[in-house]
Amino acid sequence: MSIDLPLIWAGIIVVGVFMYVLLDGFDLGIGILFPFAPDDAARDKMMNSVAPIWDGNETWLVLGGAGLLAAFPAAYSIILSALYLPLIVMLLGLTFRGVAFEFRFKANTSRYLWDRSFQFGSLIATFTQGVVLGAFVQGFHHDGITHTGGPFDWLTPFALMTGVALVAGYALLGATWLVMKTEGALQAWARKVSVTLLIAVTIFIAVVSLWVPFLETDIFQRWFTWPNLLYLSPVPLAVLVLFLYLVRALRRDDTHVQPFVLTLGLFALSYLGLGISLWPNVVPPNLSIWTASSPPESQGFLLWGAVFIVPMVIGYTGYSYWIFRGKVADDGYHH
Amino acid sequence: MDALLLSRLQFAFVIAYHILFPAFTIGLASYLAVLEGLWLVTGRERFRTLYRFWLRIFAVSFGMGVVSGIVMSFQFGTNWARLSTAAGPILGPLLSYEVLTAFFLEAGFLGIMLFGWNKVGKGLHYFATCMVALGTLLSTFWIISANSWMQTPDGFALIDGKFVPVDWWRIVFNPSFPYRLAHMVLAAYLTTGMAVAGCAAWLLLKRRAIEESRTMLLMAVGLAAVLAPLQMVAGDASGLAVGRFQPAKLAALEARWETAKRVPLTLFGLPNAETERTDYAIEVPVLGSIILTHDPDGEVKGLKDFPRSERPPVWIVFWSFRIMVAMGLLMLAVGLVGGALALAGRLGTSRWFHRLCLVAAPSGFIAVVMGWVTAEVGRQPYVIYGQMRTADAVTPFLPAGSVLTTLLLFIVSYAIVFTAGAYYMFRLLQRGPEAPPDGADHPAKTARRPLSMPEGAPS
Repeated sequence: MSIDLPLIWAGIIVVGVFMYVLLDGFDLGIGILFPFAPDDAARDKMMNSVAPIWDGNETWLVLGGAGLLAAFPAAYSIILSALYLPLIVMLLGLTFRGVAFEFRFKANTSRYLWDRSFQFGSLIATFTQGVVLGAFVQGFHHDGITHTGGPFDWLTPFALMTGVALVAGYALLGATWLVMKTEGALQAWARKVSVTLLIAVTIFIAVVSLWVPFLETDIFQRWFTWPNLLYLSPVPLAVLVLFLYLVRALRRDDTHVQPFVLTLGLFALSYLGLGISLWPNVVPPNLSIWTASSPPESQGFLLWGAVFIVPMVIGYTGYSYWIFRGKVADDGYHH
Repeated sequence: MDALLLSRLQFAFVIAYHILFPAFTIGLASYLAVLEGLWLVTGRERFRTLYRFWLRIFAVSFGMGVVSGIVMSFQFGTNWARLSTAAGPILGPLLSYEVLTAFFLEAGFLGIMLFGWNKVGKGLHYFATCMVALGTLLSTFWIISANSWMQTPDGFALIDGKFVPVDWWRIVFNPSFPYRLAHMVLAAYLTTGMAVAGCAAWLLLKRRAIEESRTMLLMAVGLAAVLAPLQMVAGDASGLAVGRFQPAKLAALEARWETAKRVPLTLFGLPNAETERTDYAIEVPVLGSIILTHDPDGEVKGLKDFPRSERPPVWIVFWSFRIMVAMGLLMLAVGLVGGALALAGRLGTSRWFHRLCLVAAPSGFIAVVMGWVTAEVGRQPYVIYGQMRTADAVTPFLPAGSVLTTLLLFIVSYAIVFTAGAYYMFRLLQRGPEAPPDGADHPAKTARRPLSMPEGAPS
């Protein structure tokens, strides 16, 4: 058989996780920005800008989990065992922020509690996702397909740094989303916040880019040997170009969609950079996608779903976004 | 306590909590589709009022189901890594198909259903409601398929300790799947029916929203009158399948120790696994064989035919099964008595029956949880029946301290979320379908109205 199923599945999962990062990224970012919003009316609006879609956004995370179990069961087992504590804290963070969407508007006197629940839930979920990412990049102790490390192996300066970096990143996604979805004072506030966050995010991208190659000699050699240095140089250069465009877009008053789209581009480049560093390992530093892969009977069976159903999913999800397009009105999504 | 026992407790807690919400929302989604359809066809305002009333409750329940469901999709890897490595090639694709065909469908159209009244036309809104309802049923299909495969595994080859799929048709439609799917869908519908009946009865007892409540009660009682007897048939078929494929489970849930013909039915008893007998048993002669084998002379296998290491915990399944059946009989009674009252034209006025409905309101939830306890504890000591033991499925090198910490976190978090969710749902139920404008009970909020699920009248 000539098709390389593990390769295809690696691609699908990489894209699926990226979809999750972008989509839940901006609505988690809304939660991170929540306490800093100008006033309570702004908070209502912020929440309404994502209320009809957050659930679909989080479904990509479930797909990532289930897809990894199906296509790379060994990787699923090792990664989830190794990241036991941060993952469960992340899930609880998602729980508290998820229920806040419904509870906040049902509550009377306890409303402020659900504001906190939304805010801290989003913050904790994002931070732990960043920690998970950092720990993943650093790699895991495993003996073949069994995780053999300790419960706190993930707790390193690098992982804590990526945790903070992701908080800044999602907040930037959320802020530029608000630039796109709101008007007036809230939009002006979002614009201002975006600039600060953009600077922070760019610094974090630089730090991660310089730190990662020193985690593994393989990664160092991938980036800093000739002629790779030449081939890969467009990645950091593109980051620089996007940064400049974003600064310009945020300083003008008539940009709406542009800052968000450019931020998506920034995320895409960072993600690509990490992909280049880690390829072809599904469990860094040394378990490859071919070793961790499930049998072709499994990957082939599910490929039908990926080929035929995912386009439909993207179609009706896009349609739902289209229905709720434009600025969030003052009265929100009244019935 | 070791990581295995703690992981089992954690999984049991998290899944028992989770199942309450799907069990309710599966039926509620279909109910909403029926209500909106009736409104579109008849144009009667009553159906729209009811639709909007139940939609608010649906939104809360669905949200809680989503967040607790996300947890489930990670638990296999965090706590059951060896199961995931070995059976991921089979369970992974089934769960992925659930995400692809069901979760995305629900999530994609839920936004339109909840927030789209003024954004889309009536037809498209109804389509969204139907898609959400379809999504809940597709989800049931895949999750029951995956679980049934673990109960009655088929269509696979065991190669190097891994379950390699050989025939996907036989995996998806494994031997116990059809019975269990029917049993679960009926259970979900009945759960919702009992909750709706209970709510209607409560409102009638309070003499509020009389017209809407009578409609609700009639619909719910009608559903129970048809589905409760069907559930008896489905449950019976499911029981026969258990006898055929998981005889040790059947022996445990009947607390039958000796293999025998013409066995009695034990109505009450205290099974004692040490002495291998059931104390204080109250039995009906021969009825056991008749129910379990459909033959008075039928033979039922006893637990003594299985080594002690192969037996599930008898006490738990014996009682969980009996509680489930008792709840089923209660639902049957509500359906049949209510049906008779409806035919006599006295359904809306029989207050004693309304009290019965109020008592029976949680019966579906109890039956669902007890049914799952029976199914899951009954297959022990195996996680994949006859193939992989639960003790061999747990994550290796998982410190008990980690599991204990997260178990406590789950208990505390879920207690908070559940209490709040239940409180808000009860408040919505109490307010009833003729809800006053939201501002009436909370004037401060009228200016910037709740925008999640609106609580007021349609604009």
